[in-house]
Amino acid sequence: MEKFLFRFRKNPELYIGAAISAVMMLIIIAGVLFSPYDPDSMDAASKFASPSLKHLLGCDNFGRDLFSRLTLGGATTLLIAFFTVLIGITVGTLVGAFTGYYGGAVDEVLMRFNDAVLAFPSILLALVFISVFGSGTWKVIISLGIVFVPSFARIVRSEFMRCKNLDYVRSARLMGAKDIRIMFVHIFPNTVPVVLSSAVIGFNNAVLAEAGMSFLGIGVQPPASSLGRMLSDAQAFLFSEPGYAVFTGVTIALMVLGFSLLGDGLKKNA
Amino acid sequence: MKTAVRKAAAFIITVLLVTLFVFIAFELIPGDAATAKLGTSATPEAYEALREELGLTRPFFVRYFSWLFSFFFGDMGTSYSYGVSVRSMLASKLPITLTLTLMSFVMIIILSIPIGVLSSKYEDRAGAKALDVLGQLTMSVPPFFLGILITYFFGMVLRLFTPGGFVSYDVNPVRFAAYLFFPSLAIALPKAAMSIKLLKTSILSERKLDYVRTAYSRGNSSMDVMYKHVLKNAIIPVITFLGMTLADIVAGSLVIEQVFSIPGYGRLLITSISNRDYPVVQAIIAIIAMLVIIINLIVDVLYQVMDPRLRGN
Repeated sequence: MEKFLFRFRKNPELYIGAAISAVMMLIIIAGVLFSPYDPDSMDAASKFASPSLKHLLGCDNFGRDLFSRLTLGGATTLLIAFFTVLIGITVGTLVGAFTGYYGGAVDEVLMRFNDAVLAFPSILLALVFISVFGSGTWKVIISLGIVFVPSFARIVRSEFMRCKNLDYVRSARLMGAKDIRIMFVHIFPNTVPVVLSSAVIGFNNAVLAEAGMSFLGIGVQPPASSLGRMLSDAQAFLFSEPGYAVFTGVTIALMVLGFSLLGDGLKKNA
Repeated sequence: MKTAVRKAAAFIITVLLVTLFVFIAFELIPGDAATAKLGTSATPEAYEALREELGLTRPFFVRYFSWLFSFFFGDMGTSYSYGVSVRSMLASKLPITLTLTLMSFVMIIILSIPIGVLSSKYEDRAGAKALDVLGQLTMSVPPFFLGILITYFFGMVLRLFTPGGFVSYDVNPVRFAAYLFFPSLAIALPKAAMSIKLLKTSILSERKLDYVRTAYSRGNSSMDVMYKHVLKNAIIPVITFLGMTLADIVAGSLVIEQVFSIPGYGRLLITSISNRDYPVVQAIIAIIAMLVIIINLIVDVLYQVMDPRLRGN
């Protein structure tokens, strides 16, 4: 216990962030699996019902159970963020590994391009892709995934540049290991702590970007539910039913808070 | 001098790359200006003739550079949906988005420098600790939700402004600016929280350095040490952050405009994306990208001015 307290004091962000994220994820999974209500079934009788034991957070303008809808929307957001980061990390690691390890003209050109892309605010860049591809869940994932590639590529690249002349890499090279093996068997495992913390921060940004896009009405399309979309619906009833907007907004804010603290904590440890 | 030339070259290359990127993105969209004008029912001959007339059959780079030049000289094409020039649509909305962006930027500076200095001075007091927690919470609230909360508390409960009661700048500049106050606050608060945190850590780490002790030993008051020595160094990472933030503020204003029903670039961009009005989308994105690049250049120059160590190498 004392040991835990010591570690907690040294890095409270890590533990508080992990706790909030874990609780949110558990509630979302439990809500999706065990909710007694169909998130889409409407019931005129319980329109804007107040929170009660029957409806934990009350109901929306169509009498749909808010808790079920929030957990489903949260799950959609989490899935989109997960696949976005997966695309970003996979492509970013490949690009970063090759450019960082080999350097040279290709590296120079790719990094200038990287700078140019990073100059765009990420939601604006995603809007470019959405207007090219069209909207919808998978298109949001692909758009955001592409947007996240450059930042991961840059992080992995600098890690590879740092490692490529360290002694263990040199000795692997002396032993005749091929470049590919050196890159992915020797160097890559050493970049994991840094990549992991930036993945969590990226996850957090993806949650925000997805919610923002759906809020603007160009992300996830109905009937798929999403937190951003729900918040934009809730805004219309802000005066009469502030609970709808507040519960939805707080759900997004808690997810963001949890992952951003977790990311900060991991960064401290990396 | 050499640095100036290098910076100028990098600037031009970035502008070319970014505009090329925007151009290519909209080339990839199926259908072109000719289809947009004629619809899908036109004969192939009429379609080809119009393509020729619009110059769509020219080689890729010729089209890119002619688009780029006309863009810089203010010809951004014609809106598919409204049939008017994109330039006139954008010109009337520029003051709105620009005011929103500048107001939030000024708010960030006004909030973060004094609060950052004070909270580093009283870092052990309970108030400063409470401020840290408050800051962390503010950073986690997505700007659009913050906008909704502000609408509720300041607009509906306290009635300090009328939600949705936007007044255009050419009707009444004072009420225009007053309406933009709360939207700007919604954009500024999370960024101010980050900037306060950054300034505070920066001041605290600067204060441990030797030059601070020297300054005290020469008999400077703590006010003097803070404002003439520490702050000068501590503010440098904050400037980097503010430079990066300006891009985010522009992006944030796109979303906040939607929350507060402000008819600026953001709403125009969203409706144009939904209507597939590509010339408008392309122009707005190119303009915002240019703004961001120019801001980065200014930050870079500001750096050289603020930090003499960077000059000359």
